Amino acid sequence: MTEQRTPLVEMKNISISFGGIHAVDNASVDLFPGEVVALLGHNGAGKSTLIKILSGAYKRDAGEILINGEPVHISNPRDAKGYGIETIYQTLAVADNVDAAANLYLGRELRTPWGTLDDVAMEAKAREVMGRLNPNFRRFKEPVKALSGGQRQSVAIARAILFDARILIMDEPTAALGPQETAQVGELIKQLKREGIGIFLISHDIHDVFDLADRVSVMKNGQVVGHARTEDVTKDEVLGMIILGKVPPKAIAGPGAMQTA
Amino acid sequence: MANTTIATPSSSTLKTQGSALQRFLQATEIDTRLLGMIGALLIIWIGFQLTTGGLFSGLFLTPRNLWNLTVQAASVSVMATGMVLVIVTRNIDLSVGSILGFVGMIMAITQAKILPPLIGFDNPATWIIALAVGIALGTAIGAFQGMIIAFLNVPAFIVTLGGLLVWRAGAFLVISGATVAPMDSTFRLMGGGAEGSIGATASWVVGVIACVVIVASIINSRKQRKRFGFPLRPMWAEYFLSVVGCIMVLIAVWVLNSYYMPVNLAKKYAEAHNIPWPEGGLQIPLGIAIPVLMAVGIAIAMSFLTTRTRFGRYVFAIGGNPEAAELAGIKTRWVTVRIFALMGALCAIAAAISTARLNAATNAQGTLDELYTIAAAVIGGTSLAGGMGTISGAVLGAIVMQSLQSGMVLLRIDTPLQSIVIGIVLVMAVWLDTVYRGRAK
Repeated sequence: MTEQRTPLVEMKNISISFGGIHAVDNASVDLFPGEVVALLGHNGAGKSTLIKILSGAYKRDAGEILINGEPVHISNPRDAKGYGIETIYQTLAVADNVDAAANLYLGRELRTPWGTLDDVAMEAKAREVMGRLNPNFRRFKEPVKALSGGQRQSVAIARAILFDARILIMDEPTAALGPQETAQVGELIKQLKREGIGIFLISHDIHDVFDLADRVSVMKNGQVVGHARTEDVTKDEVLGMIILGKVPPKAIAGPGAMQTA
Repeated sequence: MANTTIATPSSSTLKTQGSALQRFLQATEIDTRLLGMIGALLIIWIGFQLTTGGLFSGLFLTPRNLWNLTVQAASVSVMATGMVLVIVTRNIDLSVGSILGFVGMIMAITQAKILPPLIGFDNPATWIIALAVGIALGTAIGAFQGMIIAFLNVPAFIVTLGGLLVWRAGAFLVISGATVAPMDSTFRLMGGGAEGSIGATASWVVGVIACVVIVASIINSRKQRKRFGFPLRPMWAEYFLSVVGCIMVLIAVWVLNSYYMPVNLAKKYAEAHNIPWPEGGLQIPLGIAIPVLMAVGIAIAMSFLTTRTRFGRYVFAIGGNPEAAELAGIKTRWVTVRIFALMGALCAIAAAISTARLNAATNAQGTLDELYTIAAAVIGGTSLAGGMGTISGAVLGAIVMQSLQSGMVLLRIDTPLQSIVIGIVLVMAVWLDTVYRGRAK
């Protein structure tokens, strides 16, 4: 049934190279509304690079991006945000020296009728959003630098969902977190999924994401090894895809699949 | 000391007393760093007062010296406000002194050589044309350097080091090293002096307006916080801040109004205004000097720019994490260009002040000013690692630098020794700041 619907995002035959190295080579992935797709692979497999093309941080050399079936042109992070694509980066990408509200609205500040920053309104909205995400969060006046890893993470997530994202990209969302905070992020992902947001989860550790994902796409050496529905494959089979590029019978092989001949 | 004498055996009372200061600082939301800097400045002032003849007869804390101090600090203070933004974004501008020299020279040539044949000598529009030419040129030079830094990825240190040489040589070349004088009489008001001060009445008016603004902004901020139900400062803290702010403004005005025109100038003034010369002489207060008003106005405008506008927010975000700012969709390169353009414009204003004060432009004008400007910003708490700094701190830093210089001149310390002291103070200030930051973490 899902196959009949138009994908929310479709990245077709994307390639990019840096100084002769094909970081991403002819890769295609897609994402449907309310779906969580885990993008797996070793460090350096090209998953972060592929997703940075979608979020506008890199420009692709070849291939096309379709959103709701329409080809779109994304050449910088502002373009991506214009299409409702929000990204939570592995490095969190927060400005350490300003407070939570300033980070939430960075690049999209609320302004008073006179064109000055409306800090009070931004802080009020920040308190509201953070209250929903992480009710224990109290430190609104301090620079983000003073916060713990989990608190910084909630700031980064709050920033992504504040502006009605339709497509959420999470690059190693739980890498810096303790078990309790990881569980919180898991809950949040389920909640966002119910709201119909499509989510790309990027990880090199399948245990983090296997239970959250509807589908997995595995990358190796810049190429897509294959796609599979999580209910059709086991963790071991996915590990085989990640490590060897071996595609299990129920998965759809991609250009990077191990040649069996 | 008082704590120990009245200390009770129970440690809990001590604790509450210790936190009384903390509670006070928290309630009033006073920046402890700024407080520390004001404290350091007071120590410097009192130190010079004691060494120049004792607490009551010293030469330093006299209206005359303080008045001169404000005028002398104006030019560096104007540039330091811009240098804060440059350093906050992890850049540096070594060319400000040379830009000051070059732009000052061009402004002087404009009003002394180019304009008189065209619109006549001492035309009322001369000063404004000269100033506009200067600001446009300064902005263009800054923007040009900024573009090389932002779009060609040449480090700011190198670009502005090149600028340091180029614009200094340019100031020499345009008129083959000659000194250009005199300046237009209206233009000269920007340099201060007897004519370039606004007098007692106007100074009081400025002081009262400043008080009204302080109270109004405190009321407004309280209203804003109420609107969204944020925690409010206790009422006594609001009163305390209003009263202290107003008293400080009024004391400053009173000091500047206590400096009277020197006798021969006053005589000239009396003749020019047909005032009979009385027996005991005339005491005409100078009031706030125009360059000081300009510097204060620019400091307020720059504070507003950094804390209340999008541009200012972006400057700090870029300083904190350039990559995050870029990913958040900020056009970081254009922000860099605008910062350097602004720095250029501020150099032009500083050039106007110093050219007007000298009543001439020389090709050596502003030599070493880049170092004083950077030192003022850094002493004022701007972190060279980026992301931190305040305009008020930089202005205080400029005053600290100027205080050290004036004080040492009053003490008749040799110039090389002055440089040694200033160099040591700069290093110590940054070291203390590092210690403070280490503790704050």
